[in-house]
Amino acid sequence: MTKLYINRLLPGVLMGLAAGTLQAQQLVKVDGSSTVFPIIEAVAEDFQKSTKGKTRVTVGISGTGGGFKKFCRGETDVSNASRPITKREMAECAKMGITYLEMPVAYDALTIVIHPKNPFLKSATVAEMKKLWEPGAQGKVTRWNQINAAWPDAPIKLFGAGTDSGTFEYFTEAIVGKPKSSRGDYTASEDDNVLVQGVARDMNAIGYFGYAYFAENRDKIRALPIVNEKLGKAIEPSAETVINGTYQPLSRPIFIYVNAKSAGRQDVKDFIGFLNNHAQRLVKDVKYVPLPPKAYTYNQETLNKMRQGTKFGGENKVGLTIEELMKMEAKL
Amino acid sequence: MNGMNMNTATASAPSAPLRDLGAMRARIKSGILRQQIFAITGILFTSFAVLVLLAAFLDLLFDGLPRLSWDFLTNFPSRRAEQAGILSAWVGSALVMLVTMLAAVPVAIGAAIYLEEYAGKNWFTDLIEINVTNLAGVPSIVYGLLALGLFVYHFGFGESILAAGLTLALLILPIIIVSSREALRAVPIHIREAAYGMGATRWQMISDHLLPYSRGGILTGVILGMAEAIGQTAPIITIGALTFIAFLPPMPVTGEFPFLSLQWVWSEFTVLPIQMYNWVSRPDKAFQLNAAAAGVVLLAMTLMMNGLAIYLRYQVRKKIKW
Repeated sequence: MTKLYINRLLPGVLMGLAAGTLQAQQLVKVDGSSTVFPIIEAVAEDFQKSTKGKTRVTVGISGTGGGFKKFCRGETDVSNASRPITKREMAECAKMGITYLEMPVAYDALTIVIHPKNPFLKSATVAEMKKLWEPGAQGKVTRWNQINAAWPDAPIKLFGAGTDSGTFEYFTEAIVGKPKSSRGDYTASEDDNVLVQGVARDMNAIGYFGYAYFAENRDKIRALPIVNEKLGKAIEPSAETVINGTYQPLSRPIFIYVNAKSAGRQDVKDFIGFLNNHAQRLVKDVKYVPLPPKAYTYNQETLNKMRQGTKFGGENKVGLTIEELMKMEAKL
Repeated sequence: MNGMNMNTATASAPSAPLRDLGAMRARIKSGILRQQIFAITGILFTSFAVLVLLAAFLDLLFDGLPRLSWDFLTNFPSRRAEQAGILSAWVGSALVMLVTMLAAVPVAIGAAIYLEEYAGKNWFTDLIEINVTNLAGVPSIVYGLLALGLFVYHFGFGESILAAGLTLALLILPIIIVSSREALRAVPIHIREAAYGMGATRWQMISDHLLPYSRGGILTGVILGMAEAIGQTAPIITIGALTFIAFLPPMPVTGEFPFLSLQWVWSEFTVLPIQMYNWVSRPDKAFQLNAAAAGVVLLAMTLMMNGLAIYLRYQVRKKIKW
């Protein structure tokens, strides 16, 4: 008797549950990089308020790579990315017939930070930083005077991004010259607040992370100006030097990728439109550096004209300014 | 300890000559001294553990208390730390816990009864037992990966409350099974024999005697499991819980027939530990305070579950007459 009851009941319950999915409300699904998250969270918050809750937006933090995995399976409408889409991800999307629009949404400046009372580090060149961070330095370069004879014979304490992050990828590419190629004997953390604490406690420490974490902790740490090779001058990271393109090679745009099919939907169109209209203010609100206004106008054109594809061809290009980026052709 | 020493002393007293009474007293004294030393050491260790916990909790409380308000509980997350709240997070946590409990408790108790009362002593039972004990030690992220493949994709549950609840149910099954078995085993053998003697069938013995008497211990296991589940982050992130979500799942009670809706189990969601994790890693320090406040709420939810269990256990034990 009991068995019969369960046999009849269970499929019924499951079907009842399944019916629920069909009636689910339309919503804009965003996932991807945790670096881009605060920006999209701000946009989603204000957008939802502006539509009085009619359109719903959800934002996840699966990371840039994890986000693209879902995006290329067609599970999300928008993917946040702290680096351009890679060749492998392009192939993955192509296989599933997913096409996309690429939009830079803000700058992220990697900041090399030191203890505020560090007496000898006034600026550094990319070559010096390469000497410090390249894989060959592991276990060998351990004292400051090994890099520059003018610096003291003091131990080096290193703090840096975890190897899964887009920050790590970009830093190694910009400084060492090859993505993901770095010495391994440093304190790594995905939580930048841990790195801030580490550098703030040690006179001989050096570390790197996103600009926002430096901006919030100016009382505890100091940014190390990096020599721009074209200008031959050390440049300190700031909103100004990032926008005028002089803080190079450590500033980069961060992106969203919009599923082209979703971009035909009114709610997604409205959401992206809202982003481009209010990005200047919202990006500043969350302590990131906004792109120049014309970049957002250009993004809106990308949406209206459905300019599909990426401008990077699956490679991360170091030192690209937003103006140069706008002139390039997007390809799938 | 004390009682035992006295016993040995009196037991050996008749055989020992009277002049050894002084030595005997000295032995008892030193036994009592050692017992006291052990008691003090025990108190020290216990209070150390409690103090560490208390310090961590107070730190959380001092950081988080100023942020705790009605608004904090009823607001959705926001980029402005002062306006950000945990409505979607605590509702999500509560609903996921509900699914977890409904799924895990019957299965776990059923498994415990089977293993204790029905299973024969053979290789198959051994295999199940080894598996259950080993599963208790599997890292939670592994459950997340399993659930991602099984619930999210294979069964097509998606990134829903249902998928998360079932994942956590799997995670805490071994905990509840093991403690339920202990509870069943603790029921004295003569209760079973008396029940059989009165002509009860095995199931009557289990449902009328074993289960009611072991309910307290089973409840403890359930609460241990639930407390474990409510703090989990890794498996929930793996199956794709969201971080920003500014709406609630559909209401379980509707205005139309049949007045009850299960749509909420399909809803997108987030849980408290994920919201905390996200806030802790923010550059803006105001969010750290939000994280602490969310931690206080999480602890309060756990304590409430604990309190409920203690109350129920008390009620159950009051009724047991043997």
